[in-house]
Amino acid sequence: MRRFALGVEIVAMLVVFASFFAGEARHAVIGIGVALLGAAALGGVSGAKSGGQRGVPGFWLWYASIAVYAFLYIPLAIVVVFSFNDSKLNAEWVGFTLAWYERLLADEGMLIAAANSLFIAFVASAVATSLGTLAGIAMHARRLRLLPVLVFAPVAMPEILLGVSLLIFFLNAVQPALGMVGVDFQLGLASVIIAHVSFSIGFVAIIVRARLAGTDEAIFEAARDLGATPWQAFRLVTFPLILPGIVAGALMAFTLSLDDFVITFFTAGVGTRTLPLEIYTMIKVAVTPEVNAVSTLLMLITLATIVIASRIAPDALRSQA
Amino acid sequence: MARTNTERARQSLVAAPPLVFLVVFFLAPAIIMALASLRYPGEFGALAPLVATKPGEEAGLTAENYRLFFSDSIYLEIFVKSFGIAALTTLLCLAGAYPLALLMARSAKRRRDLMVLLCVLPFASNFLVRVYAWMIMLGPFELLFTPIAVICALVYVHLPFMVLPLYTNLERHDPLLLDAAQDLGANAWQCFWRVTFRLSLPGVFAGSALVFIPVLGVFAIPEILGGIGDWLVGNMIKEAFLGVRDWPFGSMLSIMLTLCVLAIAWVTARLARLGGGRA
Repeated sequence: MRRFALGVEIVAMLVVFASFFAGEARHAVIGIGVALLGAAALGGVSGAKSGGQRGVPGFWLWYASIAVYAFLYIPLAIVVVFSFNDSKLNAEWVGFTLAWYERLLADEGMLIAAANSLFIAFVASAVATSLGTLAGIAMHARRLRLLPVLVFAPVAMPEILLGVSLLIFFLNAVQPALGMVGVDFQLGLASVIIAHVSFSIGFVAIIVRARLAGTDEAIFEAARDLGATPWQAFRLVTFPLILPGIVAGALMAFTLSLDDFVITFFTAGVGTRTLPLEIYTMIKVAVTPEVNAVSTLLMLITLATIVIASRIAPDALRSQA
Repeated sequence: MARTNTERARQSLVAAPPLVFLVVFFLAPAIIMALASLRYPGEFGALAPLVATKPGEEAGLTAENYRLFFSDSIYLEIFVKSFGIAALTTLLCLAGAYPLALLMARSAKRRRDLMVLLCVLPFASNFLVRVYAWMIMLGPFELLFTPIAVICALVYVHLPFMVLPLYTNLERHDPLLLDAAQDLGANAWQCFWRVTFRLSLPGVFAGSALVFIPVLGVFAIPEILGGIGDWLVGNMIKEAFLGVRDWPFGSMLSIMLTLCVLAIAWVTARLARLGGGRA
């Protein structure tokens, strides 16, 4: 009975999903979906009575969880599907086309933004990984007071605060200071990279420190007892041990930088565009399925990064979670 | 383990680069912003000089921005409303995340990792893409530019922040406790409410803080999916900096938001310790 009820629920979710493409019949289709959901719930209740398990009945957990997964995936699935839709409106399925992707690849502004995003992500994640690794090692070795606060605060506080404080800092402190020595500083790639580094350091440091905390201290002492110099102990023992953490941190910093909108928004100035900034402008000015196409491509890139991450460092994904 | 002076020096050398970077690019900007909240706005936006360059110019430090904040109820109202929206978002996230986290924690090891991954995966797509997805989702139902749209997207974007801490907490529960409760005559509901939920409180508080705090600073979601009446603190800050370019006022709002965030972090830390037991 439970299995049947869960099956009914999955069908109900698919029906709700299909309602977006149903056009005129939308309300009827949604009605069917809701009716099926109700049926699944009833079926589940009658099934749950027979199986007296400890804790919350398993059926309700499955029922609610499938609903949550549907909530997570249906909106994104619709974005992907409509990126192939042969219509300017994201309302009804008309026919299959790749035109939006073609337009996207011919859009020079978009390509420049993509190049900027990648450049920023590469530089920022490289710097953040080096600094974050050092911070993680330092915090593991000794109880420090100031460093942990400075490392974790940018991770924990609302992004907008970091964004606006850096905006004031760059325009009110850095610009006049560099102006005095004859350098004309403007918001742009450099300020965005610095901003991205300052919030990514924390993520890398957390992962590296977690990795170090999970290792046996005796290993380091053994290395020392066997006559390794501090540098040798680091290069031959510590570094290989924390390498998966460093790789995971680097990938995390890379995706964070690639995806960041809020902090980039405040520190990029007028001339510098990144992909998230382009998407923001497009959403605000005119919504066309071109946005769906960019979104789908971006999803593919992040998906690829995650797959690569799970290949290089299989336990990296778990240490983040 | 004996620590020699050279070892200490070496450790400081390791800590120095990230420390210097963060002092310059995080601590200094924060201090500058705190000072900016006590200054006058410049003639063409930004900040007025600290020392007057011409007669009659407003310069130096002032508490005017803070006075303005408390003199007009509209600012306090937006803060209160943002707290309300953040609380509602947190509750909805909790309602959605709890069953999912519980199911994950009670699933077999193999399936568990897949379920966690499936939950985090949508989170890996760009923030704006996820907001945009709701634009399309709600468009046909004429729900765009309403508070409902804003809440939907806020819950959607912050759900994983609730699922993960809950899951890490629930995963560590000893199933024998539930057996014991059942043997002592507790029904399914009592088992859940008096054992599982009680023990998961540290996870609940951690997740709540992780959802509540970022919601306060959000500006893109109300701007894209909401109407003008759905503004949150984040929208006011953004408008002050990029719209009317009144930096001192924006800085003051940012400092107020920072104080709120610190207060919430403090309260949740206290609650977690009181209601918690083991984290």
